[in-house]
Amino acid sequence: MKRSLSLSTYAIAAYLFLHVPLLVLAAFSFNASRFTVWQGFSLHWYTAAFRDAQLTQATLNSLIIAIFATIASTIIGTLCAYGLWKRPAPLLGGSLYLSLVTPEIVTGVSLLAFYQWIFRFLQVRLGMHTVILAHISFSIAYVVIVVMARLRTVDAQLEEAALDLGANEWQAFRYVTLPSILPGVIAAALLAFTVSFDDYVITSLVAGVDSETLPMVIYAIARRGVNPVLNAISAMIVVGLGFLILISERLRTT
Amino acid sequence: MDASPVLELRSISKHYPGHRAVNDVSLKIQRGEFFSLLGPSGCGKTTTLRMVAGFEEPSTGEIRLNGGNIHHLKPYERNVSTVFQNYALFPHLTVQQNVEFGLRRRSENDIARRVREVLELVQLAGKESRLPSAISGGERQRVALARSLVLAPEVLLLDEPLSALDPNLRKQVRAELKDIQRRVGITFLFVTHDQEEALSMSDRLGVMSGGELQQVGTPQDVYLRPRTRFVASFLGAVNWINGSGVRPEATRISKQSPTGFVSRTATVVQTTFLGNCVHVEARCQTGETVVAEVSRLGEPFAPGDPVHVWWQPADELTFE
Amino acid sequence: MNRLRAWFLAPSWTVTIVLFLAPLLIVLAYSLLTRGVYGGITQPWTIESYQRLGDFLYLAILWRSFWIAGASTILCLVLGFPLALFISRSDKRKNLYLSLVILPFWTSFLVRTYAWMFLLRDTGLINTILQRLGIIHDPLPLLYNDGAVILGLVYSFLPFSVLPLYATLERLDRNLLEAAADLGAKPWATLTRVVLPLCAPGIRAGSILVFIPCLGAYLTPDLLGGGKTVMIGNLIQNQFTTARDWPFGSAVSLALMTLVMVLLLGLSRRDEEGLL
Repeated sequence: MKRSLSLSTYAIAAYLFLHVPLLVLAAFSFNASRFTVWQGFSLHWYTAAFRDAQLTQATLNSLIIAIFATIASTIIGTLCAYGLWKRPAPLLGGSLYLSLVTPEIVTGVSLLAFYQWIFRFLQVRLGMHTVILAHISFSIAYVVIVVMARLRTVDAQLEEAALDLGANEWQAFRYVTLPSILPGVIAAALLAFTVSFDDYVITSLVAGVDSETLPMVIYAIARRGVNPVLNAISAMIVVGLGFLILISERLRTT
Repeated sequence: MDASPVLELRSISKHYPGHRAVNDVSLKIQRGEFFSLLGPSGCGKTTTLRMVAGFEEPSTGEIRLNGGNIHHLKPYERNVSTVFQNYALFPHLTVQQNVEFGLRRRSENDIARRVREVLELVQLAGKESRLPSAISGGERQRVALARSLVLAPEVLLLDEPLSALDPNLRKQVRAELKDIQRRVGITFLFVTHDQEEALSMSDRLGVMSGGELQQVGTPQDVYLRPRTRFVASFLGAVNWINGSGVRPEATRISKQSPTGFVSRTATVVQTTFLGNCVHVEARCQTGETVVAEVSRLGEPFAPGDPVHVWWQPADELTFE
Repeated sequence: MNRLRAWFLAPSWTVTIVLFLAPLLIVLAYSLLTRGVYGGITQPWTIESYQRLGDFLYLAILWRSFWIAGASTILCLVLGFPLALFISRSDKRKNLYLSLVILPFWTSFLVRTYAWMFLLRDTGLINTILQRLGIIHDPLPLLYNDGAVILGLVYSFLPFSVLPLYATLERLDRNLLEAAADLGAKPWATLTRVVLPLCAPGIRAGSILVFIPCLGAYLTPDLLGGGKTVMIGNLIQNQFTTARDWPFGSAVSLALMTLVMVLLLGLSRRDEEGLL
């Protein structure tokens, strides 16, 4: 089908709109000056970022939370997708769907209210664990979607063949289905990691004093105004997470 | 009868809301037999097979393997194995790993030797480390066969295993399958919609239609002495005259009146040259159209020729 | 089979019930209680929080959220459609073009929002360039207003309108377009009279996928609106932190949830594929 020149021109403009802001942000992270006037190439915003103790601790926290949440939500979500693939469970599917469409602010405040209510009975306070649990909760739906899409490409008769040959239901999953969907599971894990690492709204509400995450620090700095260190951090985040998502996309479609 | 059957179905039915896939099927299959279930698609033959394998639960009836009721057993607890229509080879495993899959689940010994032997039997030696995607359709079928055979099941269930093959390949594979079955001696329960396959390979066959078993017998029984009109038409062409039938190859046709037989007069409508024989289509004076199969070496016929049509009384197919 | 499946679904059930449904129930309960002296929760049970929702102040916030979300949705659809059209008409590089649309979305929401702060502020890139070029003298107030929020929302959620529109365009039977041309329709007429109506499912899906997150937006109005653009999300956050009025915040949350569910039920159709 032919594309007119005006349509192609529009597409170029649209792609510029989508990508230029980030490219500009990254470009100015190398600006020697803190003003929006180019004054030479410099890496000192990057070194400043690495030297900042608060940033380093926050990044570490974000990584720890993301790793734990990813492992848990990937396992739980994969098992869930498999169960739903075998036979639908409308209530569970509906709840997962609901968790996807619920605005983050509502999920966040509801978890905060829930935790505070629980804390009347347990001697616990907000901290890393409350964040990790929250992240597991909202990541599961993403994992289920990705793994489910992968499962739909698997021939259901393969498990029948496995049962026929003497494998029980668990062995059929472990030796036949799981190897087939492994790329999809890894793709889901990478996606869950990205979603967890980048979360601000829910995390800010349920984090404790000792569990400040990178998005929380970024938000605090951004609130105070523009800071070139933020440009450097942003550039690194975009490259890092973008890389993970690229791998995830590749795995999803092998 | 003599020995007890290796597989017995007693009044097996499978009901779904709204329709009966299988209705009151009873069957006894002897050890070492090559038994086919023949019928058009939707007749219930595959459902019956799946009930024997354990993938569907019968609504009524019993399934007995070696006299024991296997009704409640899961597929992996039954000593039967299935060769699926699309082979269902595990795509992430090599030929070797596919074939040894069942043996590994049982933690058996001497796996390597047994796999080697069965691969030699199906003529796939040398392809052990290939993936299913790297071998041909015919080779995949043999891997599926080997994978089930190596477990030495009491009955091997085959669900239309030849239908996914190239037509040219099918005749050759038929012969190979029959040969393997005879050599190994395992009982085969073979499901197909192709009557030529069923007739050429089976010791006995059962014809199904609409979920019911219409007749069970040897190929000769079923072809020459069909019990219902359905069985007669499904196994070959039939000329229907006055409620009974005659096969085209038994229908005699000639320009002279035959001595010693009552014949009908007819006029040739058309002749069709089929290579090894000729089909002569003639309309009888009584109104029916019959097709007679004649040798291409015999007297030639042309449209419009007046002819006589008759047959041996023994060749007439009658039904209650 | 059922036993294994039950074991496999159990963890998800547990997490969903304990960490998603139970919290929502708590919020429901809190919305019917009263604010304590120091900001906690006490008895009596009352529907006062819901009654306050009818105050002019809060209705104004609701109205503002609707019109910002609505404007963003319409813009996303209008701007996204030609892009979706472009991609559907590409022969070889469809996947590349699609990836270029979806990739930015998954990098970092926070960073992408900050990028617009960087561009729009008084000493930001756009103002600096315009000043340098002599087009303006004083900086334009591009940031910290409704327009900036809409821009940020459109930027964030444009992929969500492009993808469903693209999906619908892909499924379009080319024969219909040829038939229209055959019957004498010029390209523009074909577009408006054949393609657009047939894209209704994609337009519907795109509207839902954009409008709902925009309605519940928090970060974008917070950073790009600078506290002047108060949407429902900001109101909720405020009640649970600074104002410490959890019952009222809960009532607003449930109102938002109800709005979202009503929109979903109203706009979706049974015959269209679901996500899960």
